[in-house]
Amino acid sequence: MLTRENTVNLVLALLLLVAPLAANAFGQPFYVTLATRIAILALAALGLNLALGLGGLVSFGHAAFFGIGGYAAGILSSHALSYEPMIFGLPGTVQMPVIWIVAVIASGLVALAIGAISLRTSGVYFIMITLAFAQMVYYFAISWPAYGGEDGLSIMVRNQFPGANTMKPLSFFLVCYLVLLAGIGLFALIRASRFGAALQAARQNETRVATVGIHPYRIRLTGFVISAMITALAGALYADLNRFVSPSMLSWHMSGELIVLIILGGTGRLFGPLAGAALYVAFEFALGGLTERWQFFLGLILLGVVLFARGGLLGLLAGKAKHG
Amino acid sequence: MVEPVLQIDNLIKAFGVLKATDSVSIDLRPGEIHALIGPNGAGKSTLIHQICGTVRPDSGTIRFAGEDIGALNTAQRAQKGLGRTFQVSSLAPEFSALRNVMLAVQAKQGSSFGFFRPVMRDRSLVDPAMAILERVGLADRARLPAAELSHGERRQLEIAMALALQSKAFLLDEPMAGMGPEGSKKLTGFLDALRREAPILLVEHDMDAVFALADRISVLVYGKVIATGTVDEIRRNPTVRTAYLGDHA
Repeated sequence: MLTRENTVNLVLALLLLVAPLAANAFGQPFYVTLATRIAILALAALGLNLALGLGGLVSFGHAAFFGIGGYAAGILSSHALSYEPMIFGLPGTVQMPVIWIVAVIASGLVALAIGAISLRTSGVYFIMITLAFAQMVYYFAISWPAYGGEDGLSIMVRNQFPGANTMKPLSFFLVCYLVLLAGIGLFALIRASRFGAALQAARQNETRVATVGIHPYRIRLTGFVISAMITALAGALYADLNRFVSPSMLSWHMSGELIVLIILGGTGRLFGPLAGAALYVAFEFALGGLTERWQFFLGLILLGVVLFARGGLLGLLAGKAKHG
Repeated sequence: MVEPVLQIDNLIKAFGVLKATDSVSIDLRPGEIHALIGPNGAGKSTLIHQICGTVRPDSGTIRFAGEDIGALNTAQRAQKGLGRTFQVSSLAPEFSALRNVMLAVQAKQGSSFGFFRPVMRDRSLVDPAMAILERVGLADRARLPAAELSHGERRQLEIAMALALQSKAFLLDEPMAGMGPEGSKKLTGFLDALRREAPILLVEHDMDAVFALADRISVLVYGKVIATGTVDEIRRNPTVRTAYLGDHA
Protein backbone atom coordinates (compact mmCIF):
# COMPACT_ATOMS: atom_id res chain seq x y z
CA MET A 1 0.00 0.00 0.00
CA LEU A 2 1.30 3.43 -0.94
CA THR A 3 0.98 5.85 1.95
CA ARG A 4 1.10 9.58 1.39
CA GLU A 5 4.66 9.72 2.69
CA ASN A 6 5.80 6.88 0.43
CA THR A 7 4.27 8.65 -2.57
CA VAL A 8 6.11 11.86 -1.72
CA ASN A 9 9.34 9.90 -1.24
CA LEU A 10 8.96 8.11 -4.55
CA VAL A 11 8.32 11.39 -6.38
CA LEU A 12 11.39 12.99 -4.77
CA ALA A 13 13.59 10.04 -5.70
CA LEU A 14 12.33 10.02 -9.28
CA LEU A 15 12.68 13.79 -9.68
CA LEU A 16 16.30 13.62 -8.59
CA LEU A 17 16.90 10.93 -11.23
CA VAL A 18 14.89 12.38 -14.11
CA ALA A 19 16.06 15.99 -13.84
CA PRO A 20 19.75 15.32 -14.54
CA LEU A 21 18.88 12.75 -17.22
CA ALA A 22 16.84 15.42 -19.00
CA ALA A 23 19.50 18.08 -18.43
CA ASN A 24 22.09 15.75 -19.94
CA ALA A 25 19.90 15.04 -22.96
CA PHE A 26 19.56 18.78 -23.58
CA GLY A 27 23.31 19.26 -23.23
CA GLN A 28 23.23 21.08 -19.89
CA PRO A 29 25.90 19.37 -17.77
CA PHE A 30 25.78 22.17 -15.20
CA TYR A 31 22.42 20.96 -13.95
CA VAL A 32 23.77 17.43 -13.70
CA THR A 33 26.47 18.75 -11.38
CA LEU A 34 23.81 20.57 -9.36
CA ALA A 35 21.86 17.33 -8.96
CA THR A 36 25.05 15.53 -7.93
CA ARG A 37 25.61 18.17 -5.27
CA ILE A 38 22.08 17.60 -3.99
CA ALA A 39 22.59 13.84 -3.83
CA ILE A 40 25.88 14.16 -1.93
CA LEU A 41 24.64 16.78 0.55
CA ALA A 42 21.52 14.66 1.07
CA LEU A 43 23.71 11.67 1.92
CA ALA A 44 25.78 13.75 4.36
CA ALA A 45 22.63 15.03 6.06
CA LEU A 46 21.15 11.52 6.03
CA GLY A 47 24.09 10.41 8.14
CA LEU A 48 23.56 13.24 10.61
CA ASN A 49 19.82 12.54 10.59
CA LEU A 50 20.52 9.14 12.14
CA ALA A 51 22.12 10.77 15.20
CA LEU A 52 20.01 13.94 15.26
CA GLY A 53 16.65 12.80 13.96
CA LEU A 54 16.45 9.29 15.40
CA GLY A 55 18.72 9.63 18.43
CA GLY A 56 18.06 13.28 19.31
CA LEU A 57 21.82 13.88 19.38
CA VAL A 58 22.36 17.40 18.06
CA SER A 59 25.91 17.00 16.80
CA PHE A 60 27.40 20.33 15.80
CA GLY A 61 30.57 18.58 14.71
CA HIS A 62 29.62 16.40 11.77
CA ALA A 63 31.79 18.51 9.46
CA ALA A 64 34.70 16.62 11.05
CA PHE A 65 33.45 13.37 9.56
CA PHE A 66 32.47 14.99 6.26
CA GLY A 67 36.00 16.42 6.00
CA ILE A 68 37.71 13.19 7.03
CA GLY A 69 35.90 11.49 4.16
CA GLY A 70 37.03 14.28 1.85
CA TYR A 71 40.64 14.07 2.97
CA ALA A 72 40.59 10.28 2.59
CA ALA A 73 39.75 10.79 -1.08
CA GLY A 74 42.28 13.62 -1.51
CA ILE A 75 45.19 11.97 0.30
CA LEU A 76 44.78 8.52 -1.25
CA SER A 77 44.52 9.85 -4.79
CA SER A 78 47.44 12.29 -4.39
CA HIS A 79 49.67 9.41 -3.30
CA ALA A 80 48.45 7.27 -6.16
CA LEU A 81 49.20 9.97 -8.70
CA SER A 82 52.64 10.83 -7.28
CA TYR A 83 53.57 7.15 -6.68
CA GLU A 84 54.81 8.12 -3.23
CA PRO A 85 53.92 5.51 -0.63
CA MET A 86 52.10 6.57 2.53
CA ILE A 87 52.91 5.44 6.08
CA PHE A 88 53.91 1.77 6.39
CA GLY A 89 54.74 1.92 2.67
CA LEU A 90 51.09 1.53 1.67
CA PRO A 91 50.29 2.75 -1.84
CA GLY A 92 47.59 5.33 -2.61
CA THR A 93 44.61 4.48 -4.78
CA VAL A 94 42.24 6.10 -7.24
CA GLN A 95 39.55 3.43 -6.80
CA MET A 96 36.45 4.91 -5.16
CA PRO A 97 35.33 1.71 -3.39
CA VAL A 98 38.70 1.46 -1.63
CA ILE A 99 38.64 5.18 -0.78
CA TRP A 100 35.13 4.81 0.63
CA ILE A 101 36.15 1.93 2.88
CA VAL A 102 39.10 3.95 4.19
CA ALA A 103 36.87 7.02 4.71
CA VAL A 104 34.25 5.00 6.59
CA ILE A 105 36.75 3.21 8.83
CA ALA A 106 38.79 6.33 9.62
CA SER A 107 35.72 8.41 10.46
CA GLY A 108 34.24 5.54 12.46
CA LEU A 109 37.33 5.40 14.67
CA VAL A 110 37.38 9.17 15.16
CA ALA A 111 33.63 9.14 15.90
CA LEU A 112 34.15 6.38 18.46
CA ALA A 113 36.67 8.56 20.31
CA ILE A 114 34.66 11.80 20.00
CA GLY A 115 31.38 10.08 20.83
CA ALA A 116 32.76 8.17 23.81
CA ILE A 117 33.61 11.48 25.47
CA SER A 118 30.83 13.74 24.12
CA LEU A 119 28.00 11.32 24.94
CA ARG A 120 28.80 11.61 28.64
CA THR A 121 27.17 15.04 28.35
CA SER A 122 23.80 16.05 26.94
CA GLY A 123 21.88 19.06 25.69
CA VAL A 124 23.85 22.25 25.11
CA TYR A 125 27.04 20.67 26.45
CA PHE A 126 26.84 17.93 23.85
CA ILE A 127 26.39 20.51 21.10
CA MET A 128 29.40 22.49 22.32
CA ILE A 129 31.71 19.56 22.89
CA THR A 130 31.07 18.10 19.42
CA LEU A 131 31.72 21.57 17.98
CA ALA A 132 34.99 21.77 19.93
CA PHE A 133 36.20 18.39 18.66
CA ALA A 134 35.37 19.30 15.07
CA GLN A 135 37.26 22.58 15.39
CA MET A 136 40.27 20.65 16.66
CA VAL A 137 40.21 18.52 13.52
CA TYR A 138 39.76 21.70 11.45
CA TYR A 139 42.83 23.42 12.92
CA PHE A 140 44.81 20.22 12.65
CA ALA A 141 44.11 20.16 8.88
CA ILE A 142 45.05 23.83 8.53
CA SER A 143 48.37 23.32 10.25
CA TRP A 144 49.31 20.16 8.39
CA PRO A 145 51.41 21.31 5.42
CA ALA A 146 51.93 17.86 3.91
CA TYR A 147 48.42 17.95 2.43
CA GLY A 148 48.08 21.58 1.50
CA GLY A 149 47.31 23.06 4.90
CA GLU A 150 45.07 26.05 4.54
CA ASP A 151 45.18 25.93 0.73
CA GLY A 152 43.65 22.50 0.53
CA LEU A 153 44.47 19.65 -1.78
CA SER A 154 43.48 19.26 -5.43
CA ILE A 155 42.39 15.97 -6.91
CA MET A 156 43.87 16.19 -10.42
CA VAL A 157 41.72 13.51 -11.97
CA ARG A 158 38.44 12.35 -10.43
CA ASN A 159 38.81 8.95 -8.79
CA GLN A 160 37.50 5.92 -10.62
CA PHE A 161 34.57 3.60 -10.11
CA PRO A 162 34.64 0.18 -11.81
CA GLY A 163 32.48 0.19 -14.91
CA ALA A 164 31.78 3.93 -14.99
CA ASN A 165 33.58 6.86 -16.54
CA THR A 166 33.42 9.20 -13.56
CA MET A 167 34.74 12.14 -15.61
CA LYS A 168 31.36 12.19 -17.36
CA PRO A 169 29.03 14.24 -15.15
CA LEU A 170 26.08 11.92 -15.66
CA SER A 171 28.07 8.76 -14.82
CA PHE A 172 29.40 10.32 -11.64
CA PHE A 173 25.89 11.49 -10.77
CA LEU A 174 24.56 7.95 -11.17
CA VAL A 175 27.27 6.61 -8.85
CA CYS A 176 26.32 9.21 -6.21
CA TYR A 177 22.61 8.58 -6.73
CA LEU A 178 22.99 4.85 -6.19
CA VAL A 179 25.06 5.42 -3.06
CA LEU A 180 22.36 7.79 -1.78
CA LEU A 181 19.64 5.21 -2.44
CA ALA A 182 21.69 2.58 -0.62
CA GLY A 183 22.11 5.03 2.28
CA ILE A 184 18.37 5.70 2.41
CA GLY A 185 17.72 1.95 2.36
CA LEU A 186 20.14 1.42 5.24
CA PHE A 187 18.54 4.25 7.21
CA ALA A 188 15.08 2.72 6.70
CA LEU A 189 16.30 -0.70 7.85
CA ILE A 190 18.01 0.69 10.94
CA ARG A 191 15.02 2.84 11.85
CA ALA A 192 12.68 -0.16 11.81
CA SER A 193 15.11 -2.48 13.65
CA ARG A 194 15.58 -3.30 17.33
CA PHE A 195 18.52 -0.97 17.46
CA GLY A 196 16.44 1.78 15.84
CA ALA A 197 13.67 1.24 18.38
CA ALA A 198 16.12 1.61 21.26
CA LEU A 199 17.78 4.67 19.69
CA GLN A 200 14.46 6.45 19.14
CA ALA A 201 13.17 5.49 22.57
CA ALA A 202 16.34 6.89 24.15
CA ARG A 203 15.56 10.23 22.48
CA GLN A 204 11.98 10.21 23.73
CA ASN A 205 12.70 9.06 27.27
CA GLU A 206 16.15 8.08 28.46
CA THR A 207 15.00 6.99 31.92
CA ARG A 208 12.45 4.64 30.40
CA VAL A 209 15.08 2.95 28.27
CA ALA A 210 17.39 2.45 31.26
CA THR A 211 14.48 1.16 33.35
CA VAL A 212 13.79 -1.68 30.94
CA GLY A 213 17.48 -2.60 31.11
CA ILE A 214 18.92 -1.08 27.91
CA HIS A 215 22.06 1.08 28.30
CA PRO A 216 21.28 4.36 26.52
CA TYR A 217 24.99 5.25 26.29
CA ARG A 218 25.96 2.17 24.27
CA ILE A 219 22.99 2.60 21.95
CA ARG A 220 23.80 6.27 21.35
CA LEU A 221 27.50 5.66 20.81
CA THR A 222 26.74 3.03 18.19
CA GLY A 223 24.26 5.37 16.50
CA PHE A 224 26.78 8.22 16.54
CA VAL A 225 29.46 6.07 14.89
CA ILE A 226 27.15 4.79 12.13
CA SER A 227 25.96 8.34 11.58
CA ALA A 228 29.54 9.62 11.19
CA MET A 229 30.43 6.84 8.75
CA ILE A 230 27.58 7.73 6.39
CA THR A 231 28.51 11.42 6.50
CA ALA A 232 32.16 10.54 5.78
CA LEU A 233 31.15 8.54 2.71
CA ALA A 234 29.35 11.65 1.46
CA GLY A 235 32.50 13.66 2.18
CA ALA A 236 34.58 11.38 -0.04
CA LEU A 237 32.09 11.87 -2.89
CA TYR A 238 32.00 15.63 -2.28
CA ALA A 239 35.78 15.87 -2.64
CA ASP A 240 35.52 13.96 -5.90
CA LEU A 241 32.72 16.20 -7.13
CA ASN A 242 34.79 19.36 -6.58
CA ARG A 243 38.07 17.57 -7.27
CA PHE A 244 39.30 19.54 -4.33
CA VAL A 245 39.35 19.16 -0.58
CA SER A 246 40.16 21.91 1.90
CA PRO A 247 39.75 22.63 5.61
CA SER A 248 36.49 24.46 4.80
CA MET A 249 34.86 21.02 4.54
CA LEU A 250 35.74 20.61 8.23
CA SER A 251 34.60 24.01 9.43
CA TRP A 252 31.66 24.64 11.72
CA HIS A 253 29.77 26.31 8.85
CA MET A 254 29.55 22.90 7.26
CA SER A 255 28.23 21.34 10.48
CA GLY A 256 25.61 24.09 10.65
CA GLU A 257 24.67 23.61 7.01
CA LEU A 258 23.99 19.91 7.59
CA ILE A 259 21.71 20.74 10.52
CA VAL A 260 19.92 23.34 8.36
CA LEU A 261 19.34 20.75 5.62
CA ILE A 262 17.71 18.40 8.11
CA ILE A 263 15.47 21.08 9.60
CA LEU A 264 14.41 22.29 6.15
CA GLY A 265 13.56 18.77 5.00
CA GLY A 266 12.04 17.34 8.17
CA THR A 267 13.92 16.02 11.21
CA GLY A 268 13.99 12.24 11.50
CA ARG A 269 12.17 11.70 8.19
CA LEU A 270 13.54 9.16 5.75
CA PHE A 271 13.55 11.59 2.81
CA GLY A 272 13.96 14.72 4.91
CA PRO A 273 17.66 15.15 4.07
CA LEU A 274 17.01 14.80 0.33
CA ALA A 275 14.13 17.29 0.44
CA GLY A 276 16.26 19.66 2.52
CA ALA A 277 19.30 19.36 0.26
CA ALA A 278 17.20 19.94 -2.86
CA LEU A 279 15.61 23.01 -1.31
CA TYR A 280 18.96 24.33 -0.11
CA VAL A 281 20.76 23.92 -3.43
CA ALA A 282 17.77 25.37 -5.27
CA PHE A 283 17.84 28.46 -3.03
CA GLU A 284 21.56 28.77 -3.36
CA PHE A 285 21.23 28.62 -7.14
CA ALA A 286 18.13 30.78 -7.59
CA LEU A 287 18.79 33.41 -4.93
CA GLY A 288 22.57 33.27 -5.36
CA GLY A 289 22.08 34.47 -8.94
CA LEU A 290 20.15 37.51 -7.72
CA THR A 291 22.14 38.56 -4.70
CA GLU A 292 25.37 37.76 -2.93
CA ARG A 293 23.47 37.84 0.31
CA TRP A 294 21.26 34.86 -0.48
CA GLN A 295 21.96 33.37 2.92
CA PHE A 296 20.05 36.24 4.49
CA PHE A 297 16.94 35.03 2.68
CA LEU A 298 17.75 31.44 3.53
CA GLY A 299 17.79 32.59 7.14
CA LEU A 300 14.31 34.05 6.76
CA ILE A 301 13.03 30.82 5.26
CA LEU A 302 14.63 28.79 8.04
CA LEU A 303 12.95 31.07 10.57
CA GLY A 304 9.63 30.47 8.85
CA VAL A 305 10.12 26.70 8.94
CA VAL A 306 11.04 26.69 12.62
CA LEU A 307 8.10 28.93 13.55
CA PHE A 308 5.35 27.66 11.28
CA ALA A 309 6.34 24.34 9.75
CA ARG A 310 8.24 22.33 12.36
CA GLY A 311 8.03 19.18 10.26
CA GLY A 312 9.95 20.81 7.42
CA LEU A 313 9.14 20.21 3.77
CA LEU A 314 8.17 16.59 4.40
CA GLY A 315 5.91 17.62 7.23
CA LEU A 316 4.11 19.94 4.81
CA LEU A 317 3.88 17.42 1.98
CA ALA A 318 3.35 14.17 3.83
CA GLY A 319 1.88 15.11 7.22
CA LYS A 320 3.09 14.06 10.65
CA ALA A 321 5.57 11.23 11.09
CA LYS A 322 4.10 7.91 12.14
CA HIS A 323 5.62 5.16 14.24
CA GLY A 324 4.19 1.67 13.53
CA MET B 1 12.32 -18.46 56.92
CA VAL B 2 12.23 -17.77 53.20
CA GLU B 3 14.98 -15.48 51.94
CA PRO B 4 13.68 -12.02 51.02
CA VAL B 5 13.82 -11.02 47.35
CA LEU B 6 14.88 -7.50 48.22
CA GLN B 7 16.74 -6.66 51.40
CA ILE B 8 17.73 -3.15 52.37
CA ASP B 9 20.06 -2.77 55.35
CA ASN B 10 20.91 0.38 57.21
CA LEU B 11 20.57 2.64 54.19
CA ILE B 12 21.62 6.26 54.76
CA LYS B 13 21.37 9.18 52.37
CA ALA B 14 21.78 12.81 53.40
CA PHE B 15 21.36 15.94 51.30
CA GLY B 16 23.39 18.46 53.28
CA VAL B 17 22.03 18.36 56.82
CA LEU B 18 18.75 16.77 55.73
CA LYS B 19 18.71 13.03 56.26
CA ALA B 20 16.36 11.88 53.50
CA THR B 21 17.05 8.24 54.32
CA ASP B 22 17.98 7.58 57.92
CA SER B 23 19.18 4.03 58.64
CA VAL B 24 16.36 2.39 56.71
CA SER B 25 16.11 -1.40 56.80
CA ILE B 26 13.21 -3.08 55.05
CA ASP B 27 12.74 -6.27 53.09
CA LEU B 28 10.40 -7.71 50.51
CA ARG B 29 9.48 -11.38 50.79
CA PRO B 30 8.27 -13.68 48.02
CA GLY B 31 4.55 -13.44 47.31
CA GLU B 32 3.85 -10.36 49.42
CA ILE B 33 2.79 -6.80 48.88
CA HIS B 34 4.81 -4.58 51.16
CA ALA B 35 3.37 -1.08 51.28
CA LEU B 36 5.52 1.92 52.04
CA ILE B 37 3.52 4.84 53.38
CA GLY B 38 4.35 8.16 54.94
CA PRO B 39 3.60 11.86 54.67
CA ASN B 40 4.92 13.98 51.80
CA GLY B 41 8.64 14.60 52.11
CA ALA B 42 9.18 11.50 54.23
CA GLY B 43 11.80 10.22 51.79
CA LYS B 44 9.78 7.59 49.92
CA SER B 45 10.89 8.75 46.49
CA THR B 46 14.53 9.05 47.56
CA LEU B 47 14.37 5.49 48.81
CA ILE B 48 12.91 4.26 45.50
CA HIS B 49 15.63 6.13 43.62
CA GLN B 50 18.32 4.39 45.63
CA ILE B 51 16.77 0.98 45.03
CA CYS B 52 16.65 1.65 41.28
CA GLY B 53 20.14 3.08 41.12
CA THR B 54 19.38 6.66 40.11
CA VAL B 55 20.59 7.98 43.49
CA ARG B 56 23.62 6.55 45.30
CA PRO B 57 23.24 5.99 49.05
CA ASP B 58 25.92 7.31 51.40
CA SER B 59 26.09 3.96 53.14
CA GLY B 60 24.16 0.74 53.66
CA THR B 61 23.49 -2.24 51.41
CA ILE B 62 20.81 -3.24 48.94
CA ARG B 63 20.61 -6.94 48.17
CA PHE B 64 18.39 -8.19 45.39
CA ALA B 65 17.82 -11.85 44.54
CA GLY B 66 20.69 -12.82 46.83
CA GLU B 67 23.17 -10.37 45.35
CA ASP B 68 24.54 -6.98 46.40
CA ILE B 69 23.39 -4.60 43.65
CA GLY B 70 24.88 -1.45 45.18
CA ALA B 71 27.49 -1.03 42.44
CA LEU B 72 25.12 -1.62 39.49
CA ASN B 73 23.56 1.13 37.37
CA THR B 74 19.86 1.46 36.55
CA ALA B 75 19.98 -0.62 33.37
CA GLN B 76 21.93 -3.43 35.06
CA ARG B 77 19.48 -3.53 37.97
CA ALA B 78 16.60 -3.76 35.50
CA GLN B 79 18.34 -6.66 33.80
CA LYS B 80 18.56 -8.44 37.18
CA GLY B 81 14.76 -8.27 37.31
CA LEU B 82 13.83 -5.09 39.14
CA GLY B 83 10.67 -3.81 37.45
CA ARG B 84 9.60 -0.30 38.25
CA THR B 85 6.82 2.15 37.51
CA PHE B 86 7.03 5.88 38.08
CA GLN B 87 5.07 8.39 40.11
CA VAL B 88 4.57 10.33 36.87
CA SER B 89 4.16 7.93 33.94
CA SER B 90 7.39 7.43 32.06
CA LEU B 91 6.94 6.09 28.54
CA ALA B 92 8.22 6.65 25.01
CA PRO B 93 5.40 9.08 24.08
CA GLU B 94 5.65 8.86 20.27
CA PHE B 95 5.68 5.07 20.24
CA SER B 96 2.42 3.15 20.27
CA ALA B 97 1.46 1.22 23.40
CA LEU B 98 2.48 -1.93 21.55
CA ARG B 99 5.94 -0.58 20.68
CA ASN B 100 6.51 0.50 24.27
CA VAL B 101 5.87 -3.03 25.49
CA MET B 102 7.92 -4.44 22.60
CA LEU B 103 10.85 -2.36 23.80
CA ALA B 104 10.64 -4.10 27.17
CA VAL B 105 10.31 -7.52 25.50
CA GLN B 106 13.36 -6.74 23.38
CA ALA B 107 15.31 -5.65 26.46
CA LYS B 108 14.33 -8.87 28.25
CA GLN B 109 15.57 -10.92 25.29
CA GLY B 110 18.87 -9.17 25.85
CA SER B 111 19.62 -7.87 22.37
CA SER B 112 19.10 -4.35 21.12
CA PHE B 113 21.88 -4.61 18.55
CA GLY B 114 19.85 -5.97 15.64
CA PHE B 115 20.14 -3.58 12.73
CA PHE B 116 18.29 -5.13 9.81
CA ARG B 117 15.18 -7.04 10.91
CA PRO B 118 12.06 -4.88 11.18
CA VAL B 119 10.62 -5.15 14.69
CA MET B 120 7.01 -4.93 13.52
CA ARG B 121 7.49 -8.16 11.54
CA ASP B 122 9.28 -9.91 14.40
CA ARG B 123 6.76 -12.30 15.95
CA SER B 124 9.03 -12.96 18.92
CA LEU B 125 8.51 -9.30 19.88
CA VAL B 126 4.98 -8.55 18.70
CA ASP B 127 3.23 -11.68 20.03
CA PRO B 128 4.39 -11.55 23.66
CA ALA B 129 3.85 -7.78 23.77
CA MET B 130 0.31 -8.18 22.46
CA ALA B 131 -0.42 -10.95 24.98
CA ILE B 132 0.67 -8.71 27.85
CA LEU B 133 -1.43 -5.80 26.58
CA GLU B 134 -4.42 -8.13 26.51
CA ARG B 135 -3.68 -9.13 30.09
CA VAL B 136 -3.70 -5.56 31.36
CA GLY B 137 -6.76 -4.74 29.23
CA LEU B 138 -5.10 -2.45 26.71
CA ALA B 139 -5.31 -4.66 23.61
CA ASP B 140 -7.74 -2.35 21.83
CA ARG B 141 -5.45 0.63 22.46
CA ALA B 142 -2.31 -1.14 21.21
CA ARG B 143 -1.81 1.03 18.13
CA LEU B 144 -2.31 4.40 19.83
CA PRO B 145 0.74 6.52 20.67
CA ALA B 146 1.42 6.45 24.41
CA ALA B 147 0.95 10.24 24.49
CA GLU B 148 -2.68 9.83 23.42
CA LEU B 149 -3.61 7.31 26.13
CA SER B 150 -5.59 8.39 29.18
CA HIS B 151 -3.82 8.80 32.50
CA GLY B 152 -5.08 5.48 33.79
CA GLU B 153 -4.15 3.69 30.59
CA ARG B 154 -0.61 5.02 30.79
CA ARG B 155 -0.29 3.61 34.31
CA GLN B 156 -1.49 0.24 33.02
CA LEU B 157 0.99 0.46 30.16
CA GLU B 158 3.84 0.99 32.63
CA ILE B 159 2.77 -2.09 34.53
CA ALA B 160 2.59 -3.97 31.23
CA MET B 161 6.22 -3.02 30.58
CA ALA B 162 7.27 -4.22 34.02
CA LEU B 163 5.43 -7.49 33.30
CA ALA B 164 7.22 -7.85 29.97
CA LEU B 165 10.53 -7.76 31.82
CA GLN B 166 9.36 -10.82 33.81
CA SER B 167 10.54 -8.95 36.86
CA LYS B 168 11.50 -10.74 40.07
CA ALA B 169 10.10 -7.81 42.05
CA PHE B 170 7.92 -4.82 41.25
CA LEU B 171 8.55 -1.35 42.57
CA LEU B 172 5.36 0.62 42.07
CA ASP B 173 5.54 4.32 42.84
CA GLU B 174 2.02 5.61 43.54
CA PRO B 175 0.23 3.59 40.85
CA MET B 176 -3.17 4.89 42.05
CA ALA B 177 -2.22 8.57 41.78
CA GLY B 178 -4.69 10.48 39.64
CA MET B 179 -6.92 7.44 39.06
CA GLY B 180 -10.67 7.77 39.43
CA PRO B 181 -12.51 5.50 41.92
CA GLU B 182 -13.43 3.06 39.15
CA GLY B 183 -9.83 2.85 37.90
CA SER B 184 -8.44 2.44 41.41
CA LYS B 185 -10.79 -0.46 42.05
CA LYS B 186 -9.78 -2.20 38.84
CA LEU B 187 -6.08 -1.64 39.49
CA THR B 188 -6.42 -2.90 43.08
CA GLY B 189 -7.85 -6.13 41.76
CA PHE B 190 -5.07 -6.41 39.23
CA LEU B 191 -2.28 -5.83 41.77
CA ASP B 192 -3.89 -8.33 44.12
CA ALA B 193 -3.36 -11.02 41.48
CA LEU B 194 0.05 -9.68 40.45
CA ARG B 195 1.69 -10.57 43.78
CA ARG B 196 1.54 -14.25 42.82
CA GLU B 197 3.90 -13.43 39.97
CA ALA B 198 6.42 -11.39 41.95
CA PRO B 199 6.37 -9.48 45.22
CA ILE B 200 5.50 -5.79 45.14
CA LEU B 201 6.99 -2.88 47.03
CA LEU B 202 4.13 -0.44 46.84
CA VAL B 203 4.48 3.27 47.57
CA GLU B 204 0.97 4.62 47.84
CA HIS B 205 -1.07 7.41 49.38
CA ASP B 206 -4.44 5.81 48.72
CA MET B 207 -5.03 4.19 52.14
CA ASP B 208 -8.06 2.19 51.00
CA ALA B 209 -5.88 0.48 48.40
CA VAL B 210 -3.02 0.01 50.88
CA PHE B 211 -5.26 -1.56 53.53
CA ALA B 212 -6.94 -3.76 50.94
CA LEU B 213 -3.70 -5.01 49.38
CA ALA B 214 -0.79 -4.92 51.80
CA ASP B 215 0.50 -7.96 53.65
CA ARG B 216 2.85 -5.70 55.55
CA ILE B 217 3.17 -1.95 55.88
CA SER B 218 6.21 0.16 56.68
CA VAL B 219 5.71 3.74 57.79
CA LEU B 220 8.38 6.24 56.80
CA VAL B 221 8.57 9.59 58.61
CA TYR B 222 11.48 12.04 58.26
CA GLY B 223 13.57 9.40 56.54
CA LYS B 224 13.11 6.84 59.34
CA VAL B 225 11.00 3.70 59.39
CA ILE B 226 8.95 4.25 62.54
CA ALA B 227 7.01 1.00 62.25
CA THR B 228 6.68 -2.16 60.18
CA GLY B 229 3.89 -4.67 60.62
CA THR B 230 0.66 -6.15 59.36
CA VAL B 231 -2.29 -3.93 58.50
CA ASP B 232 -3.84 -4.45 61.95
CA GLU B 233 -0.61 -3.79 63.80
CA ILE B 234 -0.09 -0.55 61.92
CA ARG B 235 -3.68 0.57 62.44
CA ARG B 236 -3.34 0.01 66.16
CA ASN B 237 0.13 1.55 66.51
CA PRO B 238 -0.21 4.81 68.54
CA THR B 239 2.96 6.41 67.12
CA VAL B 240 1.76 5.86 63.56
CA ARG B 241 -1.65 7.28 64.39
CA THR B 242 -0.22 10.54 65.63
CA ALA B 243 2.47 10.80 62.98
CA TYR B 244 0.51 9.93 59.89
CA LEU B 245 -2.78 8.14 59.90
CA GLY B 246 -4.69 10.65 62.02
CA ASP B 247 -8.37 9.83 61.96
CA HIS B 248 -8.05 7.72 58.81
CA ALA B 249 -7.55 4.56 60.86
